[in-house]
Amino acid sequence: MADLEAPQSKSRDLDKLLLRAGNLVGPDFYPGTEVKALISQLSIVSSSFSDFVIRLLSLRVLVVGAGGLGCELLKDLALSGFRNLDVIDMDRIEVTNLNRQFLFRLEDVGKPKAEIAAKRVMERVSGVEIVPHFSRIEDKELEFYNNFNIIALGLDSIEARRYINGVACGFLEYDEDDTPRRETIKPMVDGGTEGFKGHARVIVPGVTPCFECTIWLFPPQVKFPLCTLAETPRNAAHCIEYAHLIKWHEVHGGKSFDPDEPEHMKWVYDEAVKRAELFGIPGVTYSLTQGVVKNIIPAIASTNAIISAACALETLKIVSGCSKTLANYLTYNGGEGLHTKVTEFVRDKDCLVCGPGILIELDTSVTLQKFIDMLEEHPKLLLSKASVKHGKDSLYMQAPPVLEEMHRPNLSKSLYDLMGRVQKDTVHVFGTALKNEEKQSSLTKLRVVFKGADGVADMDTAIGA
Amino acid sequence: MIGLFKVKEKQREQAQNANRGGASVKKQSAGELRLHKDISELNLPSSCAISFPNGKDDLMNFEVSIKPDDGYYHNGTFVFTFQVSPVYPHEAPKVKCKTKVYHPNIDLEGNVCLNILREDWKPVLNINTVIYGLFHLFTEPNSEDPLNHEAAQVLRDNPKLFETNVRRAMTGGYVGQTFFPRCI
Ligand SMILES: [Zn+2]
Repeated sequence: MADLEAPQSKSRDLDKLLLRAGNLVGPDFYPGTEVKALISQLSIVSSSFSDFVIRLLSLRVLVVGAGGLGCELLKDLALSGFRNLDVIDMDRIEVTNLNRQFLFRLEDVGKPKAEIAAKRVMERVSGVEIVPHFSRIEDKELEFYNNFNIIALGLDSIEARRYINGVACGFLEYDEDDTPRRETIKPMVDGGTEGFKGHARVIVPGVTPCFECTIWLFPPQVKFPLCTLAETPRNAAHCIEYAHLIKWHEVHGGKSFDPDEPEHMKWVYDEAVKRAELFGIPGVTYSLTQGVVKNIIPAIASTNAIISAACALETLKIVSGCSKTLANYLTYNGGEGLHTKVTEFVRDKDCLVCGPGILIELDTSVTLQKFIDMLEEHPKLLLSKASVKHGKDSLYMQAPPVLEEMHRPNLSKSLYDLMGRVQKDTVHVFGTALKNEEKQSSLTKLRVVFKGADGVADMDTAIGA
Repeated sequence: MIGLFKVKEKQREQAQNANRGGASVKKQSAGELRLHKDISELNLPSSCAISFPNGKDDLMNFEVSIKPDDGYYHNGTFVFTFQVSPVYPHEAPKVKCKTKVYHPNIDLEGNVCLNILREDWKPVLNINTVIYGLFHLFTEPNSEDPLNHEAAQVLRDNPKLFETNVRRAMTGGYVGQTFFPRCI
């Protein structure tokens, strides 16, 4: 309560956004102290609160990653008035993190990042409640992610981003006319940095492009030819990669290299030094070894701070409606001078992850064989020799023969049973499709709805058989 | 502006339906999906065969055996292991030769020097291209990109001796100090 009545010093800038109306605000935005109270989850529930306020009371934000960006994000969100945050990270604090992951101290080395980050921000920002999750993102149940209204990403890997993107888009449902159902939209705000460069983007599944729609945005990793490493190394990175990719296996046989094991890293470094001396190449250092092996570009604290600030602001805008959100991809380059630009990327309407897919209604008795036959007749698909995949399970593979044989027993089973007797779910089908009278390889997303299953669907778009 | 929070009540209702709707299945990666498609579209010469040691539930790790019908390596059988990451096809599959082979472009630990596996990988390439690339290494071993330095030198300087060495290795025997198990 004190927060609201106190002089406006601490939250002066926030007040300008939340307490005033404006031309750029969203349609649902009602300026006033209520919004501010809500984002902060102050426990001053009053009977005078409007529906708008009540609706926002269960607002929860998940921060994925508690590293360079994650530390900044947690701090920024807490200082922006968010009071209900969760943070997930599987890593423990290392000495080399301390220069930029400012929430950590020397005595924290070895402890889980998520726990210490949560603790430190709670100590410094009064009233904020942060629940840490020391866990791999893949180890959480999917329903865990459904508990949050917004997911803010401070990650450094494409793989992790792709995973969260898949999860968030997995909650998205479409109406019969392929419009996304608003209540199923799980927005993401994503930050990424590499040295002096960074990006911030807003992903509203079903509305703006998801990671998969624009996967080509990520530059390919630089890989040196093995024979160059073995025969004609020309720079320090070549020597390090030689030690890491070739020498390690030569000496250690089957033992796999673990980049997080300091002894392994030291071994690779020592070997790289020997190699560099042999070829008269300068520049092999321990930190370069780490950088090359783990494929990291040195992180710059100020880049993290700038990108994270952009992400926190977007999160606040999505939640409060106090302004239009970024549309939809901001790049920042502080390498030479400063350059920023916002680009509006477009969705891939056939995206296998966020796209609507083709709606198909089936009886629960339909066998997998019958389903595959139907795909060939379906006017929008004309898909022959289809293979079928449901989540991680492949239900049928037409080829190669060894896999076809393993899946063949499924053909006579009902699709409903094979899909775990859910009323509706996504499957992916691939095979040869007839497009513009030409046979093409095709991979398509389908929304399968079972008639007569629990909670009967009232959709009238039936399969065109 | 998307007006996300106008529909909170519906969200509650949706949560109650959550167990009936989707989202209960283990998440697949988009990379896995693409891989499955690649595998179903494999178009291999009869001298190549694919197998899945971990069964049908793990297609991300598989083996390809190549039995060249021509050239120095005629009638040998060479097994390659493929490890495909969830980031596929952004990243090339990791390929190793399981069979110990006397070959200029494959070292004794099974590392393979094939450009499309490293510097020239592009997401439009697929498993089929990689297998053809590997097949090509046996029909036309190449002394310019050596991983096995000695073998490359022999191939360049004395192709007859190279042929003899390959035969000796494939039938099980020593080439220099190195023993090669029989693979023919
Ligand atoms: Zn998409």
